[in-house]
Order: sequence, then structure tokens, then C-alpha cells
Amino acid sequence: MPRDKARSGWQSGGLRLAVAAALMMLSPALRAADPPAATPATGAKNAPGDVDPNQIQVPPPPFSEGIFPCTQCHDGKTVKLNTTPRKLVDMHDDIVLNHGPNRWCLDCHSAEHRDRLHLVDGKLIDFTKSYLLCGQCHGNKLRDWKVGVHGKRTGYWNGQKQYLLCVNCHNPHSPHFKPLKPLPPPVPPDQIVAVEGGRP
Amino acid sequence: MSDTPKTPGSSLACGEPQPGSRRRFIRAAGCAAVAAALTGCGNLTTEEFLQRNFRELDKRELAEIIARLEKEYTAKFRKKVTVAATPPMPGVLFGYALDLSRCIGCRRCVYACVKENNQSRDPQIQWIRVLQMDKAEGVNVLRADPYYDPPLVPQEGHFYMPVQCHQCKNPPCVKVCPVKATWQEPDGITVVDYNWCIGCRYCMAACPYGARRFNWGEPHLPPEEINPATEYLGNRPRPKGVVEKCTFCIQRTRKGRYPACVEICPTGSRKFGNLLDPGSEIRYVIENKRVFLFKEELNTQPKFFYFYGV
Repeated sequence: MPRDKARSGWQSGGLRLAVAAALMMLSPALRAADPPAATPATGAKNAPGDVDPNQIQVPPPPFSEGIFPCTQCHDGKTVKLNTTPRKLVDMHDDIVLNHGPNRWCLDCHSAEHRDRLHLVDGKLIDFTKSYLLCGQCHGNKLRDWKVGVHGKRTGYWNGQKQYLLCVNCHNPHSPHFKPLKPLPPPVPPDQIVAVEGGRP
Repeated sequence: MSDTPKTPGSSLACGEPQPGSRRRFIRAAGCAAVAAALTGCGNLTTEEFLQRNFRELDKRELAEIIARLEKEYTAKFRKKVTVAATPPMPGVLFGYALDLSRCIGCRRCVYACVKENNQSRDPQIQWIRVLQMDKAEGVNVLRADPYYDPPLVPQEGHFYMPVQCHQCKNPPCVKVCPVKATWQEPDGITVVDYNWCIGCRYCMAACPYGARRFNWGEPHLPPEEINPATEYLGNRPRPKGVVEKCTFCIQRTRKGRYPACVEICPTGSRKFGNLLDPGSEIRYVIENKRVFLFKEELNTQPKFFYFYGV
């Protein structure tokens, strides 16, 4: 299969994020947190805790072209449903699942509703709300994200802001933030040469 | 000073000192100094030389100066450059927080700042300096390395601490300026009037964070790289011989936008907002995270906070 397709395969075949049994205990509380909070960060007009859906703008999940909807292939006919945890071959086999022990696709991806994800309590959510899924384990990060402290915000400090989804920065199958090449270091003072005039 | 009669910019005619008029005499002496200086000061125009401190300008003078600067910059960079003098917002005190547990030292902020704020590319001037430190050592500037250049960051065993102007509430740099060319604005931003700065660099010696930069040479900024939306007290092109520094992107933040370094940071380590707004993310950080002030013992009272977001 084409590599790029496979790379993005987490959305379709799936893997998981999340969801250890221990979290189940937490899920009722998390469910209550459903609307991405709106953010106290918008100025004195909004009391902390107010929900203003206009303030929350999340970009679409970073699907690769052509991979979504998953039901293109997972329509129940072309690909037969097999809920046995196993090593994937043929499709999605290059997805490295490096996200906690003993996980597999259907921990997060819904077997019956392929274009959606599911929480530990079985509630289905869209890919655009995947932060609720992540938040089942990473509740403290979800809390910080909602108030704008975890993750990046752009836009207006006193107005409309744009958020990123967890998966815009963290590949859900291998969520550790990837190292980057640093931009060049500053020129040491003794190597700075002024073009016209200035210090020799 | 405010009752000094306006000297018409085009005229350098100095009246004879009149008996009993000390002011007249001073003005005459001043004119002589101007004349002397003009002969030795290359391309400084009369208007520039006679321009007063930004804080003493009335509306008409400011408008004239801005029009002059816009014309000058537009001609120099061959595209329309605007110079604004946006006033501070009432009820706003800017604060900044940087998450040391997330910064990976990629230096994206450094270059976003240079681009946004029209720093000289050659000789190189950068307002943000990212220090690589040893995790075992902790925050120790004596062991910090600003010149790290591995293929990938973060490097094992290290953490990264970007340093820029801390916008102190008690700024030593302002205290030492002999000509009041730098001051703290009501929204907490310490600014420089580049037309009033005499280049003595006392402020640089006074700043414990090394946050100020001096234009040792004629700043070189390629016209295609200029950010044409400039602010008088912020990112307008600077002349040689003056000091400059981070202004929390005054040209953006006074219009409600986030600073350029906040928006570029790929890890979301940088947080910005109004310290007087109890619902702002900066207040959340201060109230809920472990926060430390760099060189707190100097009582500079920075409005730049480092925190651990984990």
C-alpha cells in the first residue's frame, strides 16, 4: 500500500489512544466536561467558567488525503470486521503504536461506527472532538488545554482565538512530541562585522 | 519645556540674546550647538535634530513626525510603510509566561521576532536568546550555552530557557537612562524613543537579563523582508547608534493580537495576556502552576514568568 496512506492509517484502522481500565472510574466526570470549555481567557466580560462556543475554533483533524471517511473500506463488506487484537498486516501495518502498554485500534476507534471514535463508556464522538478521548487519561492536560495553558493558541489575547486539537501536535499512535531541527544559533559577538561603520 | 516656543523646523535663525532673557540665551546657545552638530552629523535633518522626546509631543507634532517617518521609510524600502502610535489600552497590564517544561529550544521564536520587529539582519540583532542549560545544573547562567547547534532538539539532559525583555515593573534600565529616552508605558511595556536615545548604553549595562541590543553598525534590512506595519515605539526601522529591545510586539498586542513569538511556538510554551483580567490564561498560570521569576532577588519585579506546566 502506498506509504503515505499507511502512515495516516491511524484514523482508519485504528489504534488507540487512551483508555485504560483505571480511567473508567473517571469517565463520568469527564463526560460532564464535554463542551470545550470556553475559556475564561477572553476578557473581563466573561466570568470564568462561562461557555462561549464562538471562542473555540479547532482546526480539522490532520487526516491525510483520501483516508477519511474510514467507511470507504470499512463498510462491513469490503473489509470484514475482526475485533481480535492482533498485529496488522497489509493495511496500516506501518503504524507504530507507541502509546502505553496493551493498546490496540479498537480501544479508541469504534468497530461499529468506523467514522467515529468511542470513549471507554461506549459513547461515540467525532474525530473533531478527539480531545475528549485523550482527556479520559490525560485529564489534567485537557483541563489546561481548555483554559489555554497546554498547547498553542493564536489570534487575539482579548478576543477570538484558534486552538489546535491534541492530534495536531501529538500523533495519537505515538504521541511523544517529535524533535525538531533548531534554527541557526546567533552569531557570536566577535564574529559580527558591521557592514558600514560600527565596530571593526 | 512645554512652554518653549516652537522652533520652526526650517529656520535656524537665532535671535540675539536680550537682556534679562535667560531662556533666549539658552535658545541661542542651543541653536549654535545645533548648527555645530548639523555640520558633523551627516544625514540628520534639522527636523530630526530638533525633535522632542516622544512624551512631550503634542498631537500635531506627532502627526508631522509620523508623516515624515512614513515618507522616509517608504522611500527607503520602496513600499508603503506605516508608522502608528497606538495608545495603551486602559485596564491592561501585559504579562508573559514561558513553560520551561515544554520549550525544546528550536529557536522559532527568535526568528519570528526578527521578522516581525524589523531587526537588523546584518549586523545581526536578535531580541530573544535561547539558553541551553544542564538539567543537572538547573538554572545557572554561568553554565548556559546560547550557541548550541545539534541536528535535533531537545538534547538529552538539557532544558532550554529563552530570555528576552522581562518588562520589569521596577526597571533598572529606565532608572539609569540619562536622557529619559526609555520608559515604562501604562500597560507595562518598557519602550525606547529611538529618536531620543543617545546611544550611551547605560541601560544595557543596567539590565540584568541582557535583553537590550545596540545598533553598532548601520542596520541592514532587505526591503523585501520588512514588516511594513510598524509602531513608533516598537518595530519601526531603527537608525545606527540606538538601543532596542523586546516590546511584547507592541504593534500587535495593543491591537489585541498575540506577540509573534507566542504564535510561532510549536510547543505552545509561550503564554500571554492581561494580568489585570482574572480570567486570562496568564493569571491561570500564575495562580495554578509552579512559577519562578528569573533573578527575583534583584527586585526588578518582572512581568515575564517562567513556569512548569507539567
